[in-house]
Formats: sequence, structure tokens, C-alpha cells
Amino acid sequence: MSQLNANEPVGPLENRWKKHVFDLALIAPQNRKKYKIIVIGTGLAGSSLCATLGQAGYKVSSFCFQDSARRAHSIAAQGGINASKNYQNDGDSVWRLFYDTIKGGDFRARESNVYRLAELSNRIIDQAVAQGVPFAREYSGYLANRSFGGTQVSRTFYAKGQTGQQLLLGAYSAMSRQVENGRVTHHARSEMLEIITINGKARGVVVRNLVTGELSTHTADCVVLCTGGYVNAYYLSTNAKGCNASATWRGFKQGAYFANPSFTQIHPTCIPPTLENQSKLTLMSESLRNDGRIWAPKQAKDCEKNPKDIKQEDRDYFLERLYPAFANLVPRDVASRAVKHICDEGRGVGIKIHGKRLGVYLDFSDVIKKIGLAQVEQKYGNLFEMYQRITDDNPYLTPMKIYPAPHYSMGGLWVDYNLMTTLDGLFAAGEANFSDHGANRLGASALMQGLADGYFILPQTIANYLARNTFDKIKPNHEKVEQALNAAKARIEQLMNAPKARHSPEYFHQKLGKILWESCGMSRQRTRLEQAIDEIEVLQLEFWQTIKVTGIDQDLNQTLERAGRVADFIELGALMCKDALNREESCGAHVRMEHLSSEGEAKRDDKNYSFVAAWAYQQQGAKLHEQYLHFEFIKPSVRNYK
Amino acid sequence: MIFTLHIWRQKNENTQGRFVLYEIDNINGDASFLEMLDQLNEHLITQGEDCIVFDYDCREGICGACSLVINGYPHGQKSATTTCQLYMREYKNQSELWIEPWRASSFPVIKDLTVDRSAFDRIIQSGGYISVHTGCAPEANNTLVEKYAADESFNAATCIGCGACVAVCPNASATLFVAAKITHLALLPQGQIESKNRAKKLILKMQSEGFGGCSNHRHCTRACPKDISLQNITRMNKILG
Repeated sequence: MSQLNANEPVGPLENRWKKHVFDLALIAPQNRKKYKIIVIGTGLAGSSLCATLGQAGYKVSSFCFQDSARRAHSIAAQGGINASKNYQNDGDSVWRLFYDTIKGGDFRARESNVYRLAELSNRIIDQAVAQGVPFAREYSGYLANRSFGGTQVSRTFYAKGQTGQQLLLGAYSAMSRQVENGRVTHHARSEMLEIITINGKARGVVVRNLVTGELSTHTADCVVLCTGGYVNAYYLSTNAKGCNASATWRGFKQGAYFANPSFTQIHPTCIPPTLENQSKLTLMSESLRNDGRIWAPKQAKDCEKNPKDIKQEDRDYFLERLYPAFANLVPRDVASRAVKHICDEGRGVGIKIHGKRLGVYLDFSDVIKKIGLAQVEQKYGNLFEMYQRITDDNPYLTPMKIYPAPHYSMGGLWVDYNLMTTLDGLFAAGEANFSDHGANRLGASALMQGLADGYFILPQTIANYLARNTFDKIKPNHEKVEQALNAAKARIEQLMNAPKARHSPEYFHQKLGKILWESCGMSRQRTRLEQAIDEIEVLQLEFWQTIKVTGIDQDLNQTLERAGRVADFIELGALMCKDALNREESCGAHVRMEHLSSEGEAKRDDKNYSFVAAWAYQQQGAKLHEQYLHFEFIKPSVRNYK
Repeated sequence: MIFTLHIWRQKNENTQGRFVLYEIDNINGDASFLEMLDQLNEHLITQGEDCIVFDYDCREGICGACSLVINGYPHGQKSATTTCQLYMREYKNQSELWIEPWRASSFPVIKDLTVDRSAFDRIIQSGGYISVHTGCAPEANNTLVEKYAADESFNAATCIGCGACVAVCPNASATLFVAAKITHLALLPQGQIESKNRAKKLILKMQSEGFGGCSNHRHCTRACPKDISLQNITRMNKILG
């Protein structure tokens, strides 16, 4: 059996998950308390998993670096969550959601996984409503839906601009109930630093108490990483400041393959940067594109003008011009590239940063005229407020300015159909795995995936793993436990005592971010990527020579936390570039400048690149394993949004 | 812009803290309050000093991690705003700013500007949920929810659990936090059944965690970055009967 056996069921697509669940081994209720499961991260995937496992009767230990499980970055998702309920009777179905997700991912995801996701989407809505998630309602009392991010059906459920927050509160409260029951033991302000592997199986973790700096070891029968994505590698992104790739990177170094690291998504509707030392970018929900019209001045000379003084005929509604069928609702990558292109041409608006104006207008004046201020306020009120708070501009009166920003990573730890990585006993869920979004993710699909993994998939597949394996008791002083603990200690010592300590973690993070944004963003090319790999190698050497962490390690030390995370981002950044370099095609969220059609559109290469690029850690450099994708049900087509 | 900062520094829960004076210049008005502190910390690293610890994460006003009492106001004086979304243009150039952690015995200081808010988690654990099993819920549209109730429930549910209401209250009461959770769930038909019991449990837990009671100072709603309304407290009192 090859290591990259995805364990996909066969047969009719509609029956695969049902049949698989039936074939999975079970653990009897009275035996469940004998098993212990470690869950790292408490976003939608982690907290929903803790809730479900706890309720089933397992012993669960959960960890998060935030001060409360409720603060995980899932809370920031604004737009909504997809489900194929077809409440709006507009022709939606499980099959259509499946089809849209595969197509949106540009045919780089596994059919079985994606179908399962579409199938489970409906149960997520049921679950969330039962928990008291206050979704938007119609006057009749029924759930409301909207169309979102380029889909032609209204299948998105939402809670104003706070869908992520509300869904996470639902999962967090369900998890809290299990904490009260004593089945889940939660550790906040705790960061996982190492995975303990014994006889080829993940059996525990080394954790740093972020308040005292104390390191502790925790053993269990399996470990689940629900630790989110890695676009903070770009430094400026829409992720929370604390989001990091360290847990998945530890997994990678212990033998879990990292899949498609170059597949990152750049979101088109973010608030443009206004400062050179800005700490993060803020996303404006994509739902704004439903009613807002995107434009830039036709002439570069108009860019400094007040937008009100630019006449209609001098405005270029470029998405409507370039893509008349989908117009302002083209997929994220198409919109992002078009916006960046306009700004690179010198037609951007707003404050100049490093000599370029990074912004285009997102204009609501037409919809305000059409449906009235009150209606617009009802739909987007809190988003407009948020925009005004940050920029000091009133979007009811003057158009918003937007610019693309790194937002989501489709890549992540390779997992099979059971969401297990190539390291036995190590599972990955939510954004931390690579499984369902292919080379690009559709809007309102991330929440769906995190919750499908946590509420419905892992509870079944973990039970199967536990039932089919035997677990020796681990002594606290087991050689492998000590080894992992010492590795974590040694690393902290190295970070605290660089030979020529000079630069803060931020210094290196900003440098890395600049390299990645310029070489491994939306548009990539061989020479730039090769150069980036060299630059990152130099940066890594410089980092370990000159990283400066003040304070002590036996204390709450945020500089030390950041330094450790940046060290991992640097290594991951190099792998992102290596993967991007290897992929000689334009696909999903990115284009390779060498692979464009004569019309300048992305050119995918199914003959040579219809595979998942799974990288195995090796000291002398990551080794590629290609897992080819087979499309039995949907014929890969060329995406065309013209 | 230039600012004179008096920042509360405290080694840990058991040592005495004090204000330390810092001067900072070259601050852009479009920098957020936390970015201003980032800039200060970068200077401290250059000087070889331990950085000022403060909680933050999303930096877009939704995670509830950031705190800070600024010139006496939790999250600063600007209404309906978290500290991470407060911009330096709100302050006059060369002004003096006093920056402190949340002050409440139920939120002990961990270090500098960071406090332990795990009491809020324990309040939710004591019953801040609908006791539904996961994984086997009925069809969502079988339960209809009146739009007004759904909207009001949502408004209560927007609480981000930051603790500003406690920090501003003379009694260090968590009544607004608790009332918002009770209201969020009680207004929905699926949460109504347990509502009285839930309200009792949460209030008892709030008291046992050492938070004070409500004596109608009403500072909480003004300090709340999410505009959680006092009406929630009225609703809670009605439920408690």
C-alpha cells in the first residue's frame, strides 16, 4: 500500500459516505471513556470536534493559544455558510454544491471528499439552528439566504456580518457544556510546540504554558490539529495576528505530508494598506460585491481626484467590462488579479505606499438609489460601520476603497478520506488540512468545511482508528516523550540566545512577507520564485544568527511566541515557493505568468498537473509525492467567466 | 504625532504594579492604538527591555481579546469601539495617555496589561448553552423564529466577551455579559425551555466568581464595544421573575 492511499470509498458518489460510515469500526459507549484524544485549536473544527467527542463520551484534552476558546479566528468570518437546502427553490442541490465546489477549486480536489462536504452541509445548518445560532430570518420566520461570491443560487445562510462569530459561539457553547460535564479538559493560553511520536504513531504533544513559560507533555491515543491556515506567512493578511503554522509545521517535520503549500487565496475586498508599518489588513465581506460596483478611473490623471468629481464616462467598471456575464461577482481570484492589474497599470486610488496607489472603488451609490438607504443599511450596516471606523470615510457618501489581501490557505496537511495525515494517529481538520477546496475556495465554504470535519466526519473516523489499533500505555519518562520535550527546550534556548541578537521577530516577518507577496502571491513566475527561494534561505540564516528576544522564557513573553512562529513561517515560505515553482500551470487562485492563454487568462494543465503535490519532510529538502486526481463524475472544464 | 504614555507594568499577579513613563514619537494618525504599542515594543526590543504585554488577536474588533483602560475608559472613550479599532487620530498630538489593564478582582492581572478572563468561560460552562446533542438536530426550517425575535437575539449574541462591562462597573459586575447570553438564547424557541433555569445558573455562577451585582449605574452599555443594550438586563430580570 502506497503511503498516499486516500482510502476513498468506491461506487456511486451518493452512497460513498454512508457506506463508509457503515464500514467504519465503532467503539461501544461504555468503552469510550478509556480513550483520550488531544485536540489542538478551538476554531470551528476544533470546538465542534471537542463538543461531539465529549458528548460521545471520550476523554478530550483541548488546547488553544488564545485566552479563551471562543476567540479562535473563525469568529472573523463575515459572509456566511453554504448549504444545499434549496430553500429558495432556485435549482440548488447537493450535486450542484458539489459541482460548484469542484469547479471553483479548479479541479484540484478529490470528488469523494467534496461530495461528502456538500452532503453534510445541510446537517450543519440544522445543528447550528438547534444550538441557537441566530441566523437571519425572513418575516415569515423561515431562514433567509443570499447569493454569495459568484454562485448563481442563493444558498448562503448568514447572521449579518458575523456568521463566523455566531457559529463559533454555537460550537464553543456546545464544547463548554462538555467541559462542565468533565469530558473535555480545556487549556487556554497554551501553545503546542512538538508532537510526540511513538512507534510511528502520534501519541501526544509538548505544550508551552504561555503564562508561566512552563513546558509540559501530554499523551493520548491520537492527536487532532485544528490549527487553521498559514497566510500570515505573508505578514500582512486578513488573519488574526496570532494565527500561525507552527502546529502543522511540527506535524510536517514528524512525517505528515504537506499538500499544495502554494495554494493560497488572495481576497479581493480588503481595506487597502495606509501605512508602511501596518500590522494587518481587514477584510470587508465579499457579500458587498452583490450590490457594490467596482471601478477605477479610466485615466491615471484622475486618480487623485475626489471620486464624486469623476464623471460616469471617465469611470472604468472593469469587472463589468471584462466579464459581462458574472460582472462584479466573478470568483475571488479573477477579481483580485483584475484589481491588482489596474493598480499595477497606475490606475489605483488612495494613499501611495512604496510609490503605488493600492486601491479601487467599490461604489454603492447605484444600489442606494435603487433600494433606498434603509434597505442598504439593513443589509450591510455593520460592515459600513466597520469600514468607517477604520478609514474615517463614510461609504454611504463616498465609495469604499478595496485592495486584495491574503486570506485563506487551501493547502495544508495532506489527509486521506478519514482526515488522517500520513503520520498515523495525527488527524487534521478545517483550514489546517488541504482536503476540500482544491486550488481555490468558494466564498462561504470555509465555515462549512470546518464544521463538517468537526461535527460529522472526525467523530466517526477517529472512532474507527481507535477501534482498529491497540495502544500501549506510555510512561511519563518514555524516551520519545523526553526527546520531544528536549527538542522544544532546545529550540527555545536557541531563540533566546542568538549569537548576534539584533532584530525583532517583526523585522524578519515583514521581510518574509514582502518576499512572498512579490513572488508567491497571485501571479508567479519561475525567475522570481527561484530568487525568492534564495532570499528566504539567506533570511533563515540571518534569523538564527540575529533574532533578538528580550525578557525571559519562564514568563509570559509574546516576543518569544512570535519568534518561534516566524521561524516556522520562514521554513514554510520556502516550501510555498518550491511548490509554486514545481507547478508549471496557472490554476485556481494563482497564475504562472509563463502559462497564460493568448487572451491573458489562466491556462491549466490537466495532462501534467492534475495532482495533489504532497511534500514529505527530509533534512536535505522536502520530497514531492504526486497524488493524481481522478474525475469520474465531473469532466474538468476550462473556467470561463467572460 | 508624539505621545506621553503612562503604562501599567506589573510582573505578575502577586507583585505590586506601577505606572512607567514612555515617550513615543513618529506615530501616524492612521495607526491603531495597538500598532502604536507595537511600535513602542519594537523600541523596547532595540533597547534590550522586556516588551509590554497586552492581549490582541484579530485586530478587527471581533475576537474580544484586546482590552486596555485608556485615560479611565475601557477601550478608550470612543463609543462602540474596541481598542484594536481605535485610531491615534482620535487623540490630540502631544497628549498624555494613561494605559491600564481591566480592573476587577475576578479578572486578576497576569502581567502588565493582560488579565485573566477565564471566569467568563466558567460562567458559560455553567449553563450558557442550549442542551442539544450534537450531530442529530431536526430540520432547521421546522422551527420558525419570528424575525424580530431573531434580530433581537442576534443583537444580544453580538457580545464578544471582552469584559469592558466589568472593567467599567463600580461593582465589577458581569450582569450585562450574563444578561446578553440569557437573552440571546431565551428569545429563540429552541432556547426558551431552559431559559429560567439557565438564567439562575449563570447568575449564581457570576456571583460565585466574585463579580458584583447590578445597581443600575449603566456604565456597562456605554463602555460596550458592541452596543449591547440594557434591555437585556430587563429581559433577564423578567425571566428570573
